[in-house]
Amino acid sequence: MSSRIISESLEWTFPLLERFDREIGRIAHDVYGLDTYANQIEVITSEQMIDAYSSVGLPINYQHWSFGKQFVATEQTYRRGQMGLAYEIVINSDPCIAYLMEENTLPMQALVIAHASYGHNSFFKGNYLFRTWTSADAIIDYLVFARRFIAECEERHGEEAVELLLDSCHALMNQGVDRYKRPSPLSLAEEQRRQEERAAYLQSQVNDLWRTLPPGPEVGDEQREERWPEEPQENLLYFIEKNAPLLEPWQREIVRIVRRIAQYFYPQRQTQVMNEGWATFWHYTLMNHLYDEGLVGDGFMMEFLQSHTGVIYQPEFDKPYFNGINPYALGFAMMRDIRRICEAPTDEDREWFPDIAGGDWLQVLDFAMRNFKDESFIAQYLSPRLMREFHLFAVRDDDREEQLEVTAIHEEQGYRALRQALAEQYNLGSREPNVQVYHVDRRGDRSLTLRHFRHNRRPLDESAEEVLRHVHRLWGFKVRLESVDEQGRVQLVGECP
Amino acid sequence: MSHFIDRRLNGRNKSAVNRQRFIRRYKSQLKRSVAEAVNKRSITDVDSGERVGIPARDISEPLLHHGSGGTRDQVYPGNREFETGDRIRRPPGGGGQGGGQGKASKDGRGEDDFVFELSREEFMDLLFEDLALPNLVRNQLMGTTEFKNVRAGYATDGSPSNIDVVRSLKGAIARRTALGAPSRARIRELEEELAALLAGGAGERDARVVALREEIDALKTRVAALPFIDSFDLRYQSFTKQPEPTSKAVMLCIMDVSGSMDQVRKNLAKRFFILLYLFLQRNYDQIDLVFIRHHTIAQEVDEQDFFYSRETGGTVVSSALNLAHEILRERYDPSVWNIYAAQASDGDNWDSDSNICRDILVDKLMPLMRYFAYVEITPRQHQSLWYAYQEVMALHPHFAMQEIDGADDIFPVFRELFRREPA
Repeated sequence: MSSRIISESLEWTFPLLERFDREIGRIAHDVYGLDTYANQIEVITSEQMIDAYSSVGLPINYQHWSFGKQFVATEQTYRRGQMGLAYEIVINSDPCIAYLMEENTLPMQALVIAHASYGHNSFFKGNYLFRTWTSADAIIDYLVFARRFIAECEERHGEEAVELLLDSCHALMNQGVDRYKRPSPLSLAEEQRRQEERAAYLQSQVNDLWRTLPPGPEVGDEQREERWPEEPQENLLYFIEKNAPLLEPWQREIVRIVRRIAQYFYPQRQTQVMNEGWATFWHYTLMNHLYDEGLVGDGFMMEFLQSHTGVIYQPEFDKPYFNGINPYALGFAMMRDIRRICEAPTDEDREWFPDIAGGDWLQVLDFAMRNFKDESFIAQYLSPRLMREFHLFAVRDDDREEQLEVTAIHEEQGYRALRQALAEQYNLGSREPNVQVYHVDRRGDRSLTLRHFRHNRRPLDESAEEVLRHVHRLWGFKVRLESVDEQGRVQLVGECP
Repeated sequence: MSHFIDRRLNGRNKSAVNRQRFIRRYKSQLKRSVAEAVNKRSITDVDSGERVGIPARDISEPLLHHGSGGTRDQVYPGNREFETGDRIRRPPGGGGQGGGQGKASKDGRGEDDFVFELSREEFMDLLFEDLALPNLVRNQLMGTTEFKNVRAGYATDGSPSNIDVVRSLKGAIARRTALGAPSRARIRELEEELAALLAGGAGERDARVVALREEIDALKTRVAALPFIDSFDLRYQSFTKQPEPTSKAVMLCIMDVSGSMDQVRKNLAKRFFILLYLFLQRNYDQIDLVFIRHHTIAQEVDEQDFFYSRETGGTVVSSALNLAHEILRERYDPSVWNIYAAQASDGDNWDSDSNICRDILVDKLMPLMRYFAYVEITPRQHQSLWYAYQEVMALHPHFAMQEIDGADDIFPVFRELFRREPA
C-alpha cells in the first residue's frame, strides 16, 4: 500500500464527502473528544446560499420584505464580485444543519465539514449560553409554526397589516431579549396547544388592566401607584406582548414570534469571537491531523492553508480594508494561545495563568468553550503575548476633547487596561443602548415612558425617532423616550405622536 | 452518523416572495426617484437613465443604537508608533464616529444610496406606468385597416410560388420508400431463392429459374415506375392574414418661436415634446416627427433649427395650424397613421387670429387627430388664444390643454394630459 491519501482530485463527489466526514468525525470524537449533535450536511448552489443569507441564515422563516431587501443587496454585491459568499452556513439545531456550496473544491468542503459540522456543532452543544437560551431540538419546528402562523395571519388580516406589525417588531428586536431570565424551552406542539388558550387569557388580562371603572374611590390611590411597572423592564417586546392595550391576540402572537427568534439569536451575538475561534481552531487542528495521518496530500494542504490564511487575516487599523477586529483571527489566535500556554508555558504565562499553564490543553479548552462568552473569555484568557502579537492599543474618543488619546498599548503597564477595554468592546450590555420600559400612565393618557440610561454620555442614534414611531404603533397610545445621564438627570428625548 | 442531502435540485427561489415584496414596497420609492430624475435631469439623460439610487435611509430598518458623541474606548490592532498617553488628531469623517474607523468603513456602504439597476425598459415602464395612449383602445376596437401576413405552417394546396421544396421532397422520399417497400422485400426473397437454385445446379433453362427472373423483372419495373414526385407530395407554405393595429404614428411638434419665447421656455417646451416622443415610441413601431415653428409665418424645419435657431417677430398661430393641416393632407393619411400633435406657446397671438385658430382646429384638424395637447408656458395672464382653445376643448374630448410654470410642472402636466382613461 503506497499511499493512504483519500483523493488527489479537487473535484468533490458525495462518496468522497462521506469518506472525509467519516475520517474527520473519527478524529474529532475519538482523538479530541468533541461532543456534537448529529450532522445533516446539505449541498446547495450559490443562489440557494444567497437565499439562505437573506433569511438570516435560517433554513425556513416567515416572509417579510426586509429579507428580500437583503437578498437584492447580497445578490448585487455578489454579482458585481464585490463580495464572496461565505463557504458555509451552519444552523444551531439538532441535528446540526450545515450548508456546503457546490462551487467549493474538495479541500474546501472538507474544511467546511470540519469547521461547521464539528467545530460550530460542538460549540452549540457545549456552550452554556446556547444550552440555556436556545432549544436546538425545537427551533426548526418552531420556525415552521411561525411561518405557518404568519401566513395565516396574512390571509386573514391582509399582508399589509402583518407587514407593518413585523416592521415594528423588527425595530425592537434587540430590545426583545431576556438577558437574565432563562426562557422557557420551545416546543411546537406546546406552542400550538397553548396559543389559543393564551390568546384568550391575555386578552382578558389586558382588558382587566384597562378597565375604565375603578372599583371605588380610594384615598391615596394616586400616591400609592406612582409608577408601573414597579421595576423597569428591559424586554420591550415582552412588555408590549403582555401589556399593550390595543393589540389583537394574533398580533400578540406575532410579537411573541419575533421575540422568540430574537432570543434564539441572542447567544450568537455574544459569542462571535469564541464561536468562530473555536470552529477555526478545530478545522485547523483536524485538517492537520488528517495530514499527519497521511490521509491528505501536500496539494490538499496548500489549498486548505490558502483559504485558512484568508479567513484569519487581520489587517492593521490603518489599512484600507480594515473593518474592525476579525473575530476569526482573534478567536483562532486565542484558542491556539491557550493550547500553547498549556503545552509550553513561559514564565510570563505562569504568572498570568497559573491555573492553566502546563495543564491538559483539551480540558482547558473544553472548559473555556463551555463556560464563557466573548466578553468574559477575553477578560479571562487574552494573554500579554497575544496583545503583543496583535500590536493592540486602546484609544479613547471623548467628544469633549480635541484629540483622541491612546490610553494603553501592548506593554507591561497596559496589559490589564487593554484586556479590559477589549473585553468591554464585546459586552453587549454596553455595545447596545440600555433602553427600558419605565412607566405607564395607567390612570391618565395611557402613555408609555421608555428610559434610556446613558453610559459614558453616549446618546442614541437619530434612528431612535423612527423606532419610537414603531413603538407607538405597537402600544397604540402616546410613547415618550427619556434619557437619564450618569448624574441621574432626566431629559425628554422624543415623543410620539 | 452524518447525513448528506443534495439540495441543489430544490427550488432555487426560496426568497422569491420576499424579493417580490421588497420590490413592491420599493417601487413607490423608485417611481418617485424616476419622476424626480425626469424633472431635474437634462433632456438627453431621460432616455438613458438606468441606475436609480434610493437613499438608504428610505428603506433602512430603524434600530436603537448608539449615536456619535460621548466617550468611548476602542481597541485596534497594528500599533507601530503609539505610546501610552499619545494624542492623535481625530481622523476626518471618523470623528466621534461610533466604533471609530472600523465601523465607519463598514457602515459606509450602507449609508450610500441603495443603487438599483434599472434597464431602460424598466425605467420607461416606471415613468409611464399609469399612462396609456388616449383612445388607443378605441382604435383597436373600431377595427383595423391594416393586415399583416403571418406564417401558419404548411398546407396541401396553395399557389405555386409558395411551394416549399424541402418539405415536398421529404414527402416524396417517404412516399417512395413506403410504396416501394413490399416490392423490394419480395425482390430480395426471390433473388435469394434464385441464387439457391443456381447454386444447387439448376440450369438457366430451368422453368423455375425463368419464372423467378420474370417476376423479379416485373417487380423492378414497378419500383422504377414509382414517380419521383407526385402532386400528392407537394406542400405549400401557408399564410394567414392577421389584423394589425396601425403601428405608425406621426407627431407634430408646433412651437411659437416669436421673440417672446426665450431659450428657457423653449427648453421647457422641448422637455414636453421629448416626453411625448418617448411615450409614443413605446407604443408604435414607427414614429415620424414633424417640426413646425412659427412666428407670423410657419415653417417646417429640422429638429436642430426647431429648438435652437433664433427668430423674432409677432405671432400668428393659425399659420402653423394651416401648415400642419397641409402636411397631414399631403403625407399622412389618417387611416394609416395615428396623428398626435403637441403645441407649445407662451400664449401670445394676434387677437383676431385666435378665433381663426379655433375654427381650423374644430373643423379641419381635430377630426384627424388622435390627440392634441397644448401647453402654455407663461407666468402671466392667459390671453385670447387660451380662451379660444377652451372652446375647442369643450367640443373635442381628445384635445387637452395645460399651463406650465417651471420644469417641475412638466411631468405632472404630462401625466394629467395622458392620464389613463378609465376602461
